Amino acid sequence: MMKINLKVWRQKNAMSKGKLVDYELKNIDPHMSFLEMMDTLNESLILRGETPIEFDHDCREGICGSCGMMINGQAHGPVAGLTVCQLHMREFKDEATIYIEPFRAKAFPIKRDLRIDRSAFDRIVQSGGFISVSTGQAVEANTLLITHETAESAFDSAACIGCGACVATCKNSSAALFTSAKIAHLVKLPQGKKEATKRVLNMVRQMDIEGFGHCSNTEACEVKCPQNISILNIARMNWEFNKTGGVLR
Amino acid sequence: MMVDAKIPEGPLEKKWSKYKAAAKLINPANRKKLKVIVVGTGLAGSSAAASLAELGYHVSSFCFQDSARRAHSVAAQGGVNAAKNYQNDGDSVYRMFYDTIKGGDFRSREANVYRLAECSLNLIDQAVAQGVPFAREYGGYLSNRSFGGVQVSRTFYARGQSGQQLLLGAYQALMRQVSLGKVNLYARHEMLDLVLIDGKAKGIIVRNLDDGKIERFAADAVVMATGGFGKIYYLSTLAMGCNASAIWRAHKRGAFMACPSWIQFHPTCLSQAGDYQSKLTLMSESLRNDGRIWVPKLNNESRAANDIPESERDYYLERKYPSFGNLAPRDISSRAAKERIDAGLGVGVLKNAVYLDFSKAIKEQGKHKIEEKYGNLFSMYKKITDDDAYQEPMRISPAAHFSMGGLWVDYELMTTIPGLFAIGEANFADHGANRLGANSLLQASVDGYFIIPYTIANYLSGELKNKKADISNSEFALIETEVSDRLKTLINIRGNKSSDYFHKKLGKLLYHQCGLSRSAKGLMEAIEEIKQYTEEFYQDLRVSGSVNEINAELEKAARVADYLEMANLMCYDALSREESCGAHFREEYQTSEGEALRNDEKFCYVSAWEWSKVNAKPILHKEPLVFEFMKPSVRSYR
Ligand SMILES: Cc1cc2nc3c(=O)[nH]c(=O)nc-3n(C[C@H](O)[C@H](O)[C@H](O)COP(=O)(O)OP(=O)(O)OC[C@H]3O[C@@H](n4cnc5c(N)ncnc54)[C@H](O)[C@@H]3O)c2cc1C
Ligand code: FES
Repeated sequence: MMKINLKVWRQKNAMSKGKLVDYELKNIDPHMSFLEMMDTLNESLILRGETPIEFDHDCREGICGSCGMMINGQAHGPVAGLTVCQLHMREFKDEATIYIEPFRAKAFPIKRDLRIDRSAFDRIVQSGGFISVSTGQAVEANTLLITHETAESAFDSAACIGCGACVATCKNSSAALFTSAKIAHLVKLPQGKKEATKRVLNMVRQMDIEGFGHCSNTEACEVKCPQNISILNIARMNWEFNKTGGVLR
Repeated sequence: MMVDAKIPEGPLEKKWSKYKAAAKLINPANRKKLKVIVVGTGLAGSSAAASLAELGYHVSSFCFQDSARRAHSVAAQGGVNAAKNYQNDGDSVYRMFYDTIKGGDFRSREANVYRLAECSLNLIDQAVAQGVPFAREYGGYLSNRSFGGVQVSRTFYARGQSGQQLLLGAYQALMRQVSLGKVNLYARHEMLDLVLIDGKAKGIIVRNLDDGKIERFAADAVVMATGGFGKIYYLSTLAMGCNASAIWRAHKRGAFMACPSWIQFHPTCLSQAGDYQSKLTLMSESLRNDGRIWVPKLNNESRAANDIPESERDYYLERKYPSFGNLAPRDISSRAAKERIDAGLGVGVLKNAVYLDFSKAIKEQGKHKIEEKYGNLFSMYKKITDDDAYQEPMRISPAAHFSMGGLWVDYELMTTIPGLFAIGEANFADHGANRLGANSLLQASVDGYFIIPYTIANYLSGELKNKKADISNSEFALIETEVSDRLKTLINIRGNKSSDYFHKKLGKLLYHQCGLSRSAKGLMEAIEEIKQYTEEFYQDLRVSGSVNEINAELEKAARVADYLEMANLMCYDALSREESCGAHFREEYQTSEGEALRNDEKFCYVSAWEWSKVNAKPILHKEPLVFEFMKPSVRSYR
């Protein structure tokens, strides 16, 4: 059993000022997941009549992209290639002090505590992250031949779970990794090429409108991406963008 | 009362085209005047909302997550079935129909299942056109694999993230409609009740989870696509927010609930390690291709797995089902595991698991081969348990996974409330008493893309001339007040136990009495216990905070309140069905060899339940299942 000291960011709403609050937990089983440790803390807060800590989570298996927090300054915590819901307490030392804060970015306002508003990501997809095909229009699937390598490479880009760790990790709060992964996924496939120009222009513009910063190639996003989305996607986005000359022709 | 499924007359393979040819249409100008609410943004909800918006309807789309893309369809790993017969291995729409009816142990409707198989062809086309990166052969053609107990390869997949990729396809289609102004999107809005006006579904009451405000939405029809409720067992493969509340509220307003006790337990999940545990992660079933399942022969075995000699191990699936062995279907494998665990032969600290052993496969094929096939699963296992499955067997156990039961719907996917439709896992339709692997992503998508657009028009054409529902209608005010009162009641209890405490307790009870196996005695005890839990819940629940703010605890408490009522219905459902079929195993009804004993004479029907009152016996209606094209046979895997 472990003893843990937490310093958790508490903030009532977007307007109010937040602060770090100390909590001490005893009897933490090292096999607990990080979020189960948070559940345990919340349970004790509820019974003590205090307000539990709000945080996003749902699938608890690393695929829905709901969860995400900065743990000791790192998005999703110390282990690479996983989300905080897949992180376990055995990764920490007994008597450790752990800082827990929300993903921070201008485009991700805090709702409460560790819960943030990531709807900007949805709006980026709305601006062009799709192929315009309505139900019923599709042609027979095997008439579109796509080589194994292309399909695998498109999958690698499409695997993004939209958690926002890339933004939180980037010193410029850039959404380049997220946006480029969608652009690359679609443009690598023959069915996605038709709208490539419009897509890249609109999505890049939306990224700016939402208040995300610019990419300055520090590559930190890739390191903290739970799905190991590669920064080559950003190169691809830039290439696609430059090809357009920046304007819709 | 008999319920009428409204199945079109005629030969099986003509039913759907006949229906479509006769269904009423609405011209594009008139579609613009009609509003549809779609609750849920999983594969079923997103595909329905996008397709309806493309047709011109005004759609409002709701989900409780912070983005539509996070619906639990995202977690499906294995793949989606379609009878394309790309492998030339003898697949066909009929074969898929046959497998699905048999897999469901002859407790589903022929007409629905045939339509599912028929529409599977279009789904793959649609998904590919959207850019879903399915696995491909080197020449560029789509690749397939075989899945759960069928003899053909009809499963399309995108690595281990098939559900995610299919969902993103539907989500992107939905986002496109949002950008065109055809869909209003309400993420973090939870449906808490249904509003009927003159007996028809005309709107919903939701709570904005970001500020706690209770809001009203009116429409000409409501589509429920709220997914499965396996989370009622607390420990399950579902997401934390999955719930029964939406369908339960519809049920209490008059929609019949069909076979709610038919829940599939997945045999290969990671076992519970402690009381704190919140979720049981699914490990792909494909592991059973090379892993051997066993338990020690001795009770109170204390040696480590590798120290137990061969002669003291019981490979019980291989022993009992020599022809299928470790690949016996889900319901059978899960039940066999529970039987061993209950007999005190379980392994692991909590004695709640069985071994899944790869040592033979590693010896025969080499470690690198196993690594190549299952490397990602072995590393996931390591991540979660900190154990190395190359060195010692995995510990697995069955976990609640999929709800075959749900809102009763007719052939048009309409519930017993006019104007209320249910699609995807939320309904009871195509899977009978046991769902085949990779058939539910299919069902959710087919319902949304290809069925609801036709059937809803057939209904809405009749609504065009009627007065539009308006949120100022007194019915909305009435139900809104009921909802607020309900939430306030929960907050005002101010007891000493969290909603998780009650949820865990209820889950454990259901797992033992209304889970993998059931008995009349156990079910009757459970019904009494649920009464006590409910009483305790309303006396001793503690919810912090208030209604008018972000409050995850309140969300949980409201869900548990509904689970308690749903649990009562599940037990009555299981109790009334005095036979064993698919996932429903009644201990009293088994063969001398311990296999499920179906009773087609007395129970060849769908149980459609009508709500009566809290803790009371619900009212049973029957939809007889008529097998015109297939003859029910014994499902044997020995
Ligand atoms: C771990 C796992 C693996 C699986 N693997 C496979 C597989 O390989 N192949 C296969 O075919 N099937 C698989 N399944 C089953 C399949 O994924 C589901 O049956 C299917 O995705 C359900 O889709 P749905 O759209 O009906 O529901 P979901 O995707 O669960 O969506 C439900 C939606 O309803 C919303 N909602 C719920 N309640 C409310 C409410 N009260 N108010 C507002 N919104 C609400 C949610 O926000 C969500 O948007 C798997 C299931 C699990 C759990
Ligand atoms: S909760 Fe879904 S990714 Fe962590």
